[in-house]
Amino acid sequence: MSADTARRVDVACTVNGTPQTLRVLPMARLLDVLREDLGLTGTKEGCGEGECGACSVLVDGELVNSCLVPVLQVEGASIKTIEGVAGEAELHAVQQAFIECGGAQCGICTPGMILAAMSLLEENAHPTDADIRHGLAGNLCRCTGYMKIFDAVVRACERAGVKA
Amino acid sequence: RKEGRSKVTGAARYVDDLRMPGMLYGATVRSAVARGRIRSVTFGDGIPWDEFVVVTAKDIPGENAVALILLDQPYLASEFVNHVEEPILLLAHEDKHLLERARRAVRVDIEPLPAVFTLEDALARTEIIWGDDNVFKSYLVDKGNVDEAWAEADLVVEGEYSTGAQEQLYIETNGVIAVADADAGVTVWGSMQCPYYVHKALLKLFALPPERVRVVQCETGGGFGGKEEYPSMIGGHAALLSWKAGGRPVKIIYDRAEDMSATTKRHPSLTRHRTAVTRDGRLLAMEIEFVVDGGAYATLSAVVLSRGTIHAAGPYNCPNVRIRSRAVATNVPPHGAFRGFGAPQSIFALERHMDKVAEALGLSPEEFRRRNFIREGETTATGQVIREPVDMAGLLRRAFELTNYEAKRERFARENAVSGAHVKRGIGFASFMHGAGFTGSGEDYLKSVVGAEADVEGRVRILAASTEIGQGTNTIFAQIASDALKLDYDLIEMAQPDTGNVPDSGPTVASRTCMIVGKLVESAALGLRQTLQGAGLLRDEYTEAEWREACRGYVERYGALKSFSQYKPPPGVRWDDEKYEGDAYGAFAWAVYVAEVSVDTLTYETRVDDFVAVQEVGKVVHPILAAGQIEGGVAQAIGFTLYENVVWRDGRMVNNGMTNYVMPTSVDLPPIRVHFEEQPYQYGPAGGAKGIGELPMDGGAPAILNAIEHATGVSFTHVPLMPEALMRGLGDSV
Repeated sequence: MSADTARRVDVACTVNGTPQTLRVLPMARLLDVLREDLGLTGTKEGCGEGECGACSVLVDGELVNSCLVPVLQVEGASIKTIEGVAGEAELHAVQQAFIECGGAQCGICTPGMILAAMSLLEENAHPTDADIRHGLAGNLCRCTGYMKIFDAVVRACERAGVKA
Repeated sequence: RKEGRSKVTGAARYVDDLRMPGMLYGATVRSAVARGRIRSVTFGDGIPWDEFVVVTAKDIPGENAVALILLDQPYLASEFVNHVEEPILLLAHEDKHLLERARRAVRVDIEPLPAVFTLEDALARTEIIWGDDNVFKSYLVDKGNVDEAWAEADLVVEGEYSTGAQEQLYIETNGVIAVADADAGVTVWGSMQCPYYVHKALLKLFALPPERVRVVQCETGGGFGGKEEYPSMIGGHAALLSWKAGGRPVKIIYDRAEDMSATTKRHPSLTRHRTAVTRDGRLLAMEIEFVVDGGAYATLSAVVLSRGTIHAAGPYNCPNVRIRSRAVATNVPPHGAFRGFGAPQSIFALERHMDKVAEALGLSPEEFRRRNFIREGETTATGQVIREPVDMAGLLRRAFELTNYEAKRERFARENAVSGAHVKRGIGFASFMHGAGFTGSGEDYLKSVVGAEADVEGRVRILAASTEIGQGTNTIFAQIASDALKLDYDLIEMAQPDTGNVPDSGPTVASRTCMIVGKLVESAALGLRQTLQGAGLLRDEYTEAEWREACRGYVERYGALKSFSQYKPPPGVRWDDEKYEGDAYGAFAWAVYVAEVSVDTLTYETRVDDFVAVQEVGKVVHPILAAGQIEGGVAQAIGFTLYENVVWRDGRMVNNGMTNYVMPTSVDLPPIRVHFEEQPYQYGPAGGAKGIGELPMDGGAPAILNAIEHATGVSFTHVPLMPEALMRGLGDSV
């Protein structure tokens, strides 16, 4: 354990708007640091090899698989996890749409899927059906067959006053 | 959705999100050999072994067997191993990374014995690896007189069909936390479908009375059958480690590779059909041989086989049917429950074969089926008289309208015939049924119980062991109770499935939760009202305020207000387990699914372009959840058909990662269009609901392969149909 302590380094970053200095092993996965050091367990591990997207978070607005990111890489970055998505009183439009449309079933892919949908809408406020499909292709869902997730993205667009 | 908010905010707690003070992590040392005798176990250098908790078979306080149907599967192999990845030894340590190094440092020396890897070899008895004959279970369904029917036949058509293994691939892997010691007893928290299965298994493993064992379901990230029986294994392992560690909590979470290679999958199958028909297209006789590969231990194979057997002759009226079925042993990890539970395998074979017979008769696939669809008053293969209205022809008509089937069938054939077009298009369908609830006497044997309690504020809490695994149990039950009591949905709460607090409502499997357990929820809820009315505290018609007032009055005067309801079979149900004859299920859901495909004859890529699912599932309780069940099931069926290929080498899954085992992504799937015809089932809850969960797994594979035959003219008989097989099959034909 003491060897570990000696190898730890400081990584400064912002997580869900709060500045943090993390004392971490440099090659620790961002996923583990979020879940274990910061207790942000909304980010899930599905495969550990960047295939399923359950661990998706936004790093400086970019959607990444946190299981593939060594924590050293987020020095100075701003990270958003599912815990940072909702406002004080209100859910984010995408979250609300997932509830209404049945976009969440077992819920394990949902945090990553919601961040992927937000990232998609950030880049493209008028996504076509094909854009939505491609935008979410890095996030696997075994429950829904994706149909209700597509519905949720469309509804979130409509909420934002944009016609998909 | 009851737990919708916590799921979209990341607040929902799955087992890996829980940590306990002093918690250790557990790992499993497994066999690298498919079959053999354990010679020795050695602990390698460079690991501080004295810091580790080590459990072997010798440490087991009770019986070293996973209690399910038989007791043939050990928790930890001690002398012989019967499949790759069989657990041999358990380790625990507080440092996950050191634990993994330690796991790799344990050397198990195993003397290999000859093994059996395919169901064909198991049947041929190249080696006897289980019992006297490698057969876990066999059934015979015998209706009419098949032997006499051949002579009357104008035509006899034979066919052979097979299906591969399929991984459930829930996105949350198997995981548990256990606390166990001789004083406090055993408690397991985990991701699971059936808390009382785990409970039963732990009683045997620790030789403890029921009240000393407690099993709690955490939020569960998908199951699909994959968390029906396996949690008894991993739950027992964590509990054994905790027991040895003097009661310190032990968490075991499988990584994806371990989950895919060591836990259950869908049973591979082989089906042979021999069918006698008259010239005008009437079924005279069906002789069906159905075999499933159960893997190394019996687990649930007998029950999977049962469902596959009963569904093997489909929704057709045939006077003479003989189905012989067997579940056999091979030296691969035990296959297990997966949505559909044997039915997708036997229905795949039947619905491919029906197209073949139609072609031999010179009839269209739809006309041949129309002439044989089962109707009210007719009997299934087990002699079950269909007493509810059924309209397969109507479902077919509706599915064809929604897809413009007839016009497309004609147009694609014309366009495909034009030379030079390398993308061939096709449209095909499958018609089928799925029985809801446990087979035969199963529900009567389970005698499930549900409770309801109301507090002083009038809040109603449903006490059931049925688990929310994404399919919507919490929401459906709350809705059923709310409708029954005419109370606001938000006034109904669901108790966490915890064997210390909820009665045994049976397992969350077999499309039984809504229809069977939901009915019990309804009657338990109504029991509360009857009690209040019996006490003179509530009128027939009441407002929510009056309900609250009545509950307050009751609780203050008499104490807790509770009501329990136990399963009773609907009137007139009879089942003969010896002859495998009678009313196999309380009710069937009926369906016709249509798939439209394009097959690229240069790249050998097949895409499903459109998919329409038309079904009758009784009363639809919750349209969004119901459609979500169908869409998700169809997506898994498309994966089963075209994408999901388990690659075996010497009994080991070698593509045990999401990179190499490919499930459909959002760009792979067609629009999945769902349509319900409602025909209320008189004994169902909420105005007549039937089971729904497994049905959508059944029809996809045959509908897609029927469409591929339409597109290419080649009849494929195995799923998954991978591009390589498509290439070989097409040869020079297109």
